[in-house]
Amino acid sequence: MENLGALAILLAFCVALYATLASVIGRIKNKPFLVVSGERAVYSVWVLVTLASGILVYSLMMSDFRFAYVAEHSNRSMPMLYKFASWWGGQEGSLLLWSFLLSTYASVVVFTNRRKHRDMMPWVVGVLATIQTFFLVLNNFVANPFQMLATDKLIVAVPDGNGLSPLLQYPAMAIHPPMLYLGYVGFAVPFAFAIGSLITKQPGDAWIHTTRRWTLVTWLFQSTGVMLGAAWAYHVLGWGGYWGWDPVENASLLPWLSGTAFLHSVMMQEKKGMMKVWNIVLVSTTFFLCILGTFLTRSGVVQSVHAFARSDIGKFFVTFLALGIAATIYLILDRLEYLKSESELESVISRESSFLFNNLILLASCFAVLWGTLFPVISEAATGDKISLDGDWYNRLMVPIGLFLLLLTGVGPLFAWRKTSVESLRRNFQLPGIASLVLVGALVAAGMRHIYALISFGFCLFVALTVISEFYKGAKAIAAKSDMNLLRATVELTHRNTRRYGGYLVHMGIVLMFIGFTGHAFNQAEVKELNKGDSMRVGVYTLKMIDMQQGGNENYDWHRATMAVSKNGEYLGTLEPEKRFYRASRQGTSEVGIRQRPNEDLYLNFAGMSDDQKRAVIQAYVFPLVSWIWIGGLVLIGGTFVCLVPSKVKMQYARTEVVGYAKKNATVQK
Amino acid sequence: MKKYGKFAGLIVIVVGTLLWLATANSTETQTYYKTVPELQKMGDKAYNARLRVGGDVETGSIQRVGNQTQFVLVQEASKLKVVYTGTEPLPDTFKDGAQALADGKLERDGVFRAAKIQAKCASKYEAKPGNLMKPGQAPNINNGKSI
Repeated sequence: MENLGALAILLAFCVALYATLASVIGRIKNKPFLVVSGERAVYSVWVLVTLASGILVYSLMMSDFRFAYVAEHSNRSMPMLYKFASWWGGQEGSLLLWSFLLSTYASVVVFTNRRKHRDMMPWVVGVLATIQTFFLVLNNFVANPFQMLATDKLIVAVPDGNGLSPLLQYPAMAIHPPMLYLGYVGFAVPFAFAIGSLITKQPGDAWIHTTRRWTLVTWLFQSTGVMLGAAWAYHVLGWGGYWGWDPVENASLLPWLSGTAFLHSVMMQEKKGMMKVWNIVLVSTTFFLCILGTFLTRSGVVQSVHAFARSDIGKFFVTFLALGIAATIYLILDRLEYLKSESELESVISRESSFLFNNLILLASCFAVLWGTLFPVISEAATGDKISLDGDWYNRLMVPIGLFLLLLTGVGPLFAWRKTSVESLRRNFQLPGIASLVLVGALVAAGMRHIYALISFGFCLFVALTVISEFYKGAKAIAAKSDMNLLRATVELTHRNTRRYGGYLVHMGIVLMFIGFTGHAFNQAEVKELNKGDSMRVGVYTLKMIDMQQGGNENYDWHRATMAVSKNGEYLGTLEPEKRFYRASRQGTSEVGIRQRPNEDLYLNFAGMSDDQKRAVIQAYVFPLVSWIWIGGLVLIGGTFVCLVPSKVKMQYARTEVVGYAKKNATVQK
Repeated sequence: MKKYGKFAGLIVIVVGTLLWLATANSTETQTYYKTVPELQKMGDKAYNARLRVGGDVETGSIQRVGNQTQFVLVQEASKLKVVYTGTEPLPDTFKDGAQALADGKLERDGVFRAAKIQAKCASKYEAKPGNLMKPGQAPNINNGKSI
């Protein structure tokens, strides 16, 4: 069994190498049978990697502790879900997951394009198979998940394993890594098409049209992954934050930022034929940042709460990145003449210009985060001192960047292409502008002095109103013309141009998230050691400890406090923060007690026992508006789904053009 | 080319502001990451900087004096006395022999005042055979090649 797994990934490596060579040589020498065999090899890789993954998962489920990986990342008493999640709980397994996802994506690409892009596809397969080969090298020779425990040449099982890190034994966390990986790996596909398009000197934007939906789905996975990570940090880590500018968090944010820039700048190419070089650069940057992200997470090159482990896997990643980036730069420079812009910028206040600044800001923030993340490495190389930059540094940069982006979110979509007239500016922005100023004035009058918070609330209202007025204006026109009520007209409007109105919904999600972020300026915190019967105050709440218990089960020991919460003398209920100590991994976690309300969260953390072991240390926080981050995240995800629904108008157009093909597709799309 | 001048101007303003934000007051946001022996080689520079020092907690050195916890970080024969001044309870993983990261400042008396302590048991991510099973029956972890 273990040999079968090891054999499967070894064979997969050989077949992936074959796929690369067959596709590329077949294309150059014009040998169709080689090209076809390359595509079949992609399917074979999928079968082999799936088999290997299946064996690993099976041995995790069966608690087969002869496997070193199983012994390190699983134990008997864990629930089945987390035994499965141990697949990505450690280095070897998560790299196998990478290979598995990539081979799945590659197979889907080969299958869906089996009759399309015949000139470009061998290169696409070649690029994907090269990446696959690289990861299979890691799977086979650096981080092999099928290593066995042995004494004197005899395979031996241990009685019980170390267990999955208890921080990961949480539902959102169990699906957070695969979500992020689905996003990371997914960008390999648009990248492969971009390279294929470059090599074959495609005249049009075929690669962008083909990969638009891919990119959007991938971006959706990334957004979900990042949001789940934030939610996990908030609910599990017990420090009450959702983002700490930890290197591994940054690693997940980097490709998201450049991917977001890419999603916007492709519109420039589609509508105006501009920014062609830039788009190739962006999609390549995003892809390499995904690889870098995996590298940072996996190598422990930067100190982080996530990545304590150090390993020599870094050399492989650095080599792969260096070769990949060099090859991409060479290709882009060599093909520059095919990427000439078809039009030029005409005015500072235009849609083009707002896209330009959107890209500039997103890329600047991406670079800033990258700089901060790698600063320990950079400073060590430059001065010999390993210096890290803390959260304050990031906040100082990213808060103004975020606010500027928020403003662009509102104004950008309302600028006209080419040049915006003063008249249209006034028409679109007068009302939202005045309303925001009134809001800011009212907040100042109410005693709010936090300058960034004031700007943020002002911008949030401004952007929200511009988005709502876009929906309202469009829906009113449709309602008047086709005799519908406003609600149905809004749905109709969105359906007619899902990309545009889905995009507005995503923007609305961003606004809601910013409202949540802004609440951070008004956090309150209190720590106290409490005995049964003692009470404490935080914000407007009075907390009384009415009970304290302890106990244990086979997986962990726990302490739990029961806190009665009241506000101005009115009893609101109880919260039960809990501290767990996992036996197998000898690690503690917090199960916080949270009272979530739209205006503010009351957040209680059982931080531990006092030094004399008699009293409980309770950390109490009030986090205003934090729920809006999760609501905004859901709106953002919903908006992306709307973008993925084909527009009604386009579907009718497709039907008239190619009847047979559209019919077949139309049923699927509905 | 007036409009390109405008674009260039705006871009310079945006990038310039960000550079200014990134570099201003940099000492406040920078933390030196040092091991215990490296810290002792820093000399006077160590007294002004924010530091994060990593090492092992010396066995038997943890003492509780009033509200404060004192211990000794040790690595390669270099030792550092640390006083924990933070308000949060120390992590459960903080115990004799654990690897710890202390965040704080070095005082002139040679004592390191830490506002934050991170700790991990030696076995957290990489398995050590002794932690996997009862003593006396511990096989070694070999890689698959020797099988």
